[in-house]
Amino acid sequence: MTDITLASATPEKAPNVVFNALRRNRLSWIGIGLLLLIVLAAAFAPMIAPYDPLKQNILHRLSAPSAQFWLGTDSFGRDVLSRLLYGARISLAIGFLSVMIAMAVGSALGIVAGYIGGLFDQIVMGFVDVMLSFPTLLLGLMVAAMLGASFENLIIAIAITETAPFARVARGPTIAIKRRDFIDAAKSLGFTPVRIMGVHILPNILSDIVVVASLWMASAIRTEASLAFIGLGVAPPAATWGGMIREGFENILSAWWLVVFPSVAILLTVLALNLLGDALRDAIDPKTRNER
Amino acid sequence: MTSYVVRRLLLAIPTLLAMLTVVFILVRLVPGDAAVAMLGDRASAEALAALRAQLGLDQPLPVQYLRFMSDMVTGNFGLSAVSGRAVLSEVAVVLPYTLELTAAAMIIGIAFGIPLGIVAAIRRNKWPDYASRLLSLVGLSFPGFVSAILMLLAFAVWLQWFPVMSRPTANPIDHLRSLALPALNLGLIMTAYIARVTRSSMLDVMGEDFIRTARAKGVKTRSIIIRHALGNALIPIVTVVGLNFGTMIGNSVLVEIVFTRPGLGKLILGALQSRDYTMLQGLMVVFATFVVLVNIVTDVIYAAVDPRVSYAK
Repeated sequence: MTDITLASATPEKAPNVVFNALRRNRLSWIGIGLLLLIVLAAAFAPMIAPYDPLKQNILHRLSAPSAQFWLGTDSFGRDVLSRLLYGARISLAIGFLSVMIAMAVGSALGIVAGYIGGLFDQIVMGFVDVMLSFPTLLLGLMVAAMLGASFENLIIAIAITETAPFARVARGPTIAIKRRDFIDAAKSLGFTPVRIMGVHILPNILSDIVVVASLWMASAIRTEASLAFIGLGVAPPAATWGGMIREGFENILSAWWLVVFPSVAILLTVLALNLLGDALRDAIDPKTRNER
Repeated sequence: MTSYVVRRLLLAIPTLLAMLTVVFILVRLVPGDAAVAMLGDRASAEALAALRAQLGLDQPLPVQYLRFMSDMVTGNFGLSAVSGRAVLSEVAVVLPYTLELTAAAMIIGIAFGIPLGIVAAIRRNKWPDYASRLLSLVGLSFPGFVSAILMLLAFAVWLQWFPVMSRPTANPIDHLRSLALPALNLGLIMTAYIARVTRSSMLDVMGEDFIRTARAKGVKTRSIIIRHALGNALIPIVTVVGLNFGTMIGNSVLVEIVFTRPGLGKLILGALQSRDYTMLQGLMVVFATFVVLVNIVTDVIYAAVDPRVSYAK
């Protein structure tokens, strides 16, 4: 179904369409603004954070938000705000890197499958369908549990869950584009398949892939937080949002700030990426492009 | 119809076999092997060898693979390394709780999502539309466990309307009260998905010629919306509900953990903590089989709802 809409999608130059749509869609500005703020907060965490995120202070354990500790302290007396800022680094890094890997591997698989067709296509897409039949979170959980939770393994685990959708998205438009005249022209000029796929097909379907990337990065951050919450996160004492909620959950009856602030951080990040992704998708999808 | 269902079931066999293969590969990802991971580094060589023999890890890989496949296909999922009971019987004990939760969430999602989507489509680009779209977007952005924790905090800890621990009991009123919060939480996420598809699907249908014809004939707006438009808009809605079933199962795992409810979530958590790989592998197969089955049911409903889908094809 989506293959058809995506296939006929790029008559104008992609960057123009994207830019125009973003300019018209005010909600996307909120998304971009929020995202920028979160990225800056993560990048400059060492400078903005009022305290060392790992420094324990038994005298101030579980203190409520106050002028001294804006967002309160946890059961080890560590400053919640500082931990949130440092946690942003882990969430964003895992989200970004896992999506980049999934995007590279998935798109390559999808383009090659779509371009070559035949048995190879059937095998790859059959495999993609199987991967899609595992719920994302459970697949990530399984891989993380098998490999052991660490920064690198979490990136691999989340990338594995998100490779299949990229293959799907890349294959559809590839099939449509390979029938166009300029591809025949390239073939008759004797260009190698690798060159045709990389230089002639990839740029034409890149916008489709990028849209999906922003939406899947939202999903990656959600998955990372969920895994950390069940104990499959980057090992403590490192601060991760999901891990903070996990620890705070033990004190939920007495210290609400331990779960509320990391929850808000996760929600805002995912919301920002979704706002941006929706606006991008509207820009690419001709069905909704003329709506506004 | 029957032959369509049979054919659809047969088509699921290669999918299920491929899925089992994926699970087999995943379990072999464990660094070292599962026996070392389960018993720890300091386990004696004899204990390790015994466990390897029990798990079949002392066999060459092709033999392991064939044994795994035949075990899974015949429903022999092995014994839990912790309780020593059959994986499938452990699953069977808690499965009703998870099914009850997902069914309740599905009902909530349909009951709220479809009307919300219809209102948004009819009042397109007016405030009900914006409100409904914003709500959907927020609903889709919440990781299931985050909204669960916030609801738990608000309604169980602060307002104390609902119990903090969701323990199903024999008393029907208490039982419903304990189900309410987790079901509402999952149901609202489902509502967000359904409202979104309903809106776009209704908008597609409302632009079709036969709707214009109906209007021209003087059919009442209400009847157009419910009989003419919604009937046709339901088809994509069914698909999306089916496709999101897997997401909902994933969410239900975390929600069950937050509300300390018995169910598959607690089983997974226990298996993770005790490194019970037999249990994890069995649960993975159970979940994926569920998703494949739901996809089949979705296809069949799809065919039943849409007369254009021919059973013969």
